[in-house]
Amino acid sequence: MSTVTAELDSKPRERLPKAWRVEVFRRPDLDDPDGARVLREFAELGVRAVTSARLGRGFLLSPTLARASVERVVHELCADPVLDTVRITAPEAAPKIGHGVRHRVLVMRKPGVMDSVAQTIERTLSRSALAALPNGERVRALTYQAWEFVGEIDARALEHAAKRTLANDVIEDVWIDREDVHFTLPDDHAVRASVSVPLRDASDEELLRISRQGCLSLTLLEMHAVRDHFRALEREPTDCELETIAQTWSEHCKHKTFAGKIDFQGERIENLFKETIQRATRELARDWCVSVFKDNAGIVAFDGDWDVCFKVETHNHPSAIDPYGGAGTGIGGVIRDVLGVGLGAKPIANTDCFFVGPLDLDEARVPKGCMHPKRILRGVVAGVRDYGNRMGIPTVNGGVWVDPRYIGNPLVYAGTVGLMPRWAAEKSVQPGDVILCVGGRTGRDGIHGATFSSIELDESSSVVSSSAVQIGDPITEKRVQDGLLRARDRRLYRALTDCGAGGLSSAIGEMGAECGARVQLERVPLKYPGLSPAEIWISEAQERMVLAVPPEHLDEIRAVFAAEDVDATAIGEFTDTKKLELFYGERCVGTLDLHFLHEGTPRPLRSARFTPRVVADPGAPPCPNPGAMLLALLRSPNIASKEWIVRQYDHEVQGTSAIKPLVGEREDGPGDAAVLQPLAHSRAAIAIGCGANPRYGSLDPWAMASAAIDEALRNVVAVGGDPERTAILDNFSWGNCANPEQLGALVLAARACYATSVAFGTPFVSGKDSLNNEFRVGDEVIAIPPTLLVSALAHVPDVAHTTTMDAKAAGNRIYLVGLTHGELGGSHYLGELGLEGGRVPRPDLALAPKQLAALHSAIRAGLVRSVHDLSEGGLAVAAAEMAFAGRLGLDLSLSAVPTAELSADHDPNATRLFSESCTRFLVEVEDRHAEAFERALAGRDFARVGVVDASGRLKIRGVKGQTIVDLPIEELAAAHQGGFAG
Amino acid sequence: MNAPKTHGAPNSPGVLATRNVRALVVRTAGTNCDRETCLALERGGASPELKHVLELCEKPALLDPFSIFVIPGGFSYGDDLGAGRVLGFQLRTHLADALARFVAKGGVVLGVCNGFQVLADTGLLEGVRTARAERGVGLDVNASGRFECRWVTLKAEASACAWLEPGELLPVPVAHGEGRFTVRDAGVLQRLKQNRQIALRYVRPDGSRAEYPDCPNGSVEEIAGICDPTGRVLGLMPHPERNLTPWNHPRWTRLGPRAEGEGLRFYRRMVETASALAK
Repeated sequence: MSTVTAELDSKPRERLPKAWRVEVFRRPDLDDPDGARVLREFAELGVRAVTSARLGRGFLLSPTLARASVERVVHELCADPVLDTVRITAPEAAPKIGHGVRHRVLVMRKPGVMDSVAQTIERTLSRSALAALPNGERVRALTYQAWEFVGEIDARALEHAAKRTLANDVIEDVWIDREDVHFTLPDDHAVRASVSVPLRDASDEELLRISRQGCLSLTLLEMHAVRDHFRALEREPTDCELETIAQTWSEHCKHKTFAGKIDFQGERIENLFKETIQRATRELARDWCVSVFKDNAGIVAFDGDWDVCFKVETHNHPSAIDPYGGAGTGIGGVIRDVLGVGLGAKPIANTDCFFVGPLDLDEARVPKGCMHPKRILRGVVAGVRDYGNRMGIPTVNGGVWVDPRYIGNPLVYAGTVGLMPRWAAEKSVQPGDVILCVGGRTGRDGIHGATFSSIELDESSSVVSSSAVQIGDPITEKRVQDGLLRARDRRLYRALTDCGAGGLSSAIGEMGAECGARVQLERVPLKYPGLSPAEIWISEAQERMVLAVPPEHLDEIRAVFAAEDVDATAIGEFTDTKKLELFYGERCVGTLDLHFLHEGTPRPLRSARFTPRVVADPGAPPCPNPGAMLLALLRSPNIASKEWIVRQYDHEVQGTSAIKPLVGEREDGPGDAAVLQPLAHSRAAIAIGCGANPRYGSLDPWAMASAAIDEALRNVVAVGGDPERTAILDNFSWGNCANPEQLGALVLAARACYATSVAFGTPFVSGKDSLNNEFRVGDEVIAIPPTLLVSALAHVPDVAHTTTMDAKAAGNRIYLVGLTHGELGGSHYLGELGLEGGRVPRPDLALAPKQLAALHSAIRAGLVRSVHDLSEGGLAVAAAEMAFAGRLGLDLSLSAVPTAELSADHDPNATRLFSESCTRFLVEVEDRHAEAFERALAGRDFARVGVVDASGRLKIRGVKGQTIVDLPIEELAAAHQGGFAG
Repeated sequence: MNAPKTHGAPNSPGVLATRNVRALVVRTAGTNCDRETCLALERGGASPELKHVLELCEKPALLDPFSIFVIPGGFSYGDDLGAGRVLGFQLRTHLADALARFVAKGGVVLGVCNGFQVLADTGLLEGVRTARAERGVGLDVNASGRFECRWVTLKAEASACAWLEPGELLPVPVAHGEGRFTVRDAGVLQRLKQNRQIALRYVRPDGSRAEYPDCPNGSVEEIAGICDPTGRVLGLMPHPERNLTPWNHPRWTRLGPRAEGEGLRFYRRMVETASALAK
């Protein structure tokens, strides 16, 4: 931490930066929305003494520039002549300060952390005559934020508030009432040489110390395997070799738990992943699955010669430490996955799902080393917004789930859908192909990200792991995309992959796995000098891709990237040696046998068991005031409107949007899934939806997983997706699976995935697991609830035959499709009542697929006007949303609701209103189509339960005919909008 | 290389008359509305071509044979130094003459969203060769302080812009963080009105005066777009090119059958205007 504080009047002599200092503020007569936001956030922290906050954009520029040059740069590039005022301060001079300002807080990224604004200045000036320096010297720039505050506040309170709202210690330095900001590059005293690590004679204790201190995250068993390998070779490993092994064997890259051997209560599982998820896909053998599980994303056939692909990733640990940067690089990484699938796909949609702690958590209860969940959520939303919007990819689907167990370990899921021509589905690497590194430069960013993601967080994580955090630069990635898709269409490369976790080591190790590769690390373009070969090799600097280019295309592909202003550097070649050979200049800094690297991981037998929690079943207690309960549910964080998030994402860019995240008369209805029409010449479309139910997970992991799949499917089917052409993705986030109970829950969830996927005929095409999501506070370890996010990508035969969830016209009939069970376990109703236990919803795998097929046939035939799935909050919430979204009334009768036999402890009204049983929908049908609709649903569980009217009220009659809910839709809409709003 | 990537939309009937109208769509790092912009131009009857600004800066004469010049939406250079600033700087530095020539001979210029911000930065909307210090209009950060993506309704004003029909209402999405139309002082607004430069305003769906969120950004007098005094240079924040199909509209499932999105008419008329001016 390097916050520097001083009282204004007792200021010691400062070393003012040896650079021109420019600060651009908004004209004093204009409001300052950034300042207003900060005042609001200060007030949340109890700081009310500050009466005005204004943000200045600060720039430091090379001191050798002439004043006239600086003025030109400022007026031409940094400031707007209508909106801004400018202060210019000469090098080493004290800066001018705004009128009446009592305190200044300067925030600047730590040396070496990505500063894309500074890069843009440097790049623009290098191409222009605006501010030339003698001898061709490049103008250097750094940027900072200058906050100016009016109001009497003591420095300590200001520091407290500033660190929570203005800056993030992990990546930024803060100066309070001091002006001595730095104008430096990262320290340049790293050892350039590669070193060898004595391992062969190390004791177990020493081996573990080496693993821990090197942040390698290798277990003793794995360290033994490494030691034995090098004993056989009769030499010690180099740091590059050891790092490569650690990255490749990391849980993040290898998924060694999910694919490992497990003893589950005496039953032997050789490979959980192959025996469940992958097995379902293999058995289903859908001919529209083009490429599954082997590439960066799953590819499925779309329309004509076009395919679509989908990938969802987690970026949990980086987002816990730096929500903005972590979420941004999370989405940046999954976009690169799609750019790197096959020969490259064009990203056409993003998704994001967040799981965070309670947003109204008392500040005093935020554990040490953690951020308030509110700050985390704001940060991750802003991170996804700034990356996705800048890339020009519509963010169309997602969700927010809240649970106290996510306080120390929030989950951030980011997904990307891509569009690609069929011919681009396959890649191959040939010996002799040039290894071309494309995109951003390499710095010390994100060293050890892969291994960091595989460890448990604790109070000190934000200090020790700061280097594991990366900051993204979406415009660099957009440049790479622009060049890449042009090079793809000219067929200038044979294979590619993205640099993600593990950086070049994973990317090249993976691409060269079948043949071999030789890399010259000194050729990798660097952001600044001083990186050791090992650092270059494992850096997770963002926005980089690796291509395998036939030598004859090298000049042409370089020209393509040069036209986009993208660095493309040959750093080696693929070989036929079956070895990974690393050089720095003439010197060999590592030689690894690729077979050992990819196959040498020990496969220990892990023990798993599952002990169901014994909690008394509370049934469904009667609800004395169902209307009040409904309003409370609508306001609860999992159900309340996410409009404040949705509106910050550009969900219209590319012009393909057909069903949007928010629908209805006033566009405030929560849509079930998004529909896009990606090809201008075809009416075929895709639907994108998701499902997750962390509240179910700790009660019944099997039911949780099965219900999550059901939810994802009913969401896409509700808008018109074809259940016979739906692909799904699994993303598990779990606690520490060294704990047999956690692993046992994972076994059950994975088995549920198999059974449910096969029953519905919906194959998994891609997935990822993130284990070890735990947080240590003192002696207590808090594990997240078992969380499975299922994402669904469905084919929609005709964009014109899609539906939204808002009620359309008075007089139409309302049907309820699906059977309601006494399944209140994990429900939001019991949650509101503070009750635990109960039977968790699970789909009836024999009936549910037929239910979906029947409903789809009715939608496809144009027989329905609206469809809304029943999920969190059950029938009551779905009906309320349908009514207010359509700004129409609904009159429903619970006595008609098709119900399984209920036990005596299940109140008939409460169960029908609030049970979260799977595979249910409310469907609106015009009278003229009623007969055909009923024919389409013949044999399925469904019933007419009411009617749409023009009353503007939601009326629900109980099983005995009495009115139990009668509320104006505006009150329902207001409650739905009444949650946290950023 | 520069062919638009619209995935092969076939020509619609009736566009052949204007097919010889060539439209240059400039792109750069961070341009991201090129797909829908090219599609709109194509369906509107023009032949769009994408060109990178670096190529254009090197050879400004490349602009000469075109009738329409479009700066599409996006985040040019990340908007790192201010919305549209760096691309504006490049156009000011390298293309000032070519653009002046282009407008003078009757060329049509359109800037959408980031393109509007770029046009404002160049000063072109206030008349050819407006000095930087003389500039009177700007696009400020939204009053909400947030990026806003939502559908709005635009009303075409009686303006110099040749392809807008006064009074017509146009549903379109906005998606921007810096779209608050701002003037240096009242005199600037007066001048814009005198010159009939106020082309588009945000209104409620029924055409009446809008407040937030119908006016999404706090623009002065709810101004969504202005043209230059010739009426041939138009900048607007919303995206008509994202309302081309019958299914783009956010409430299409509540409306009757639709043949096309309202944004297509905007582009068709612009292409027709450019075609007429070129003759």
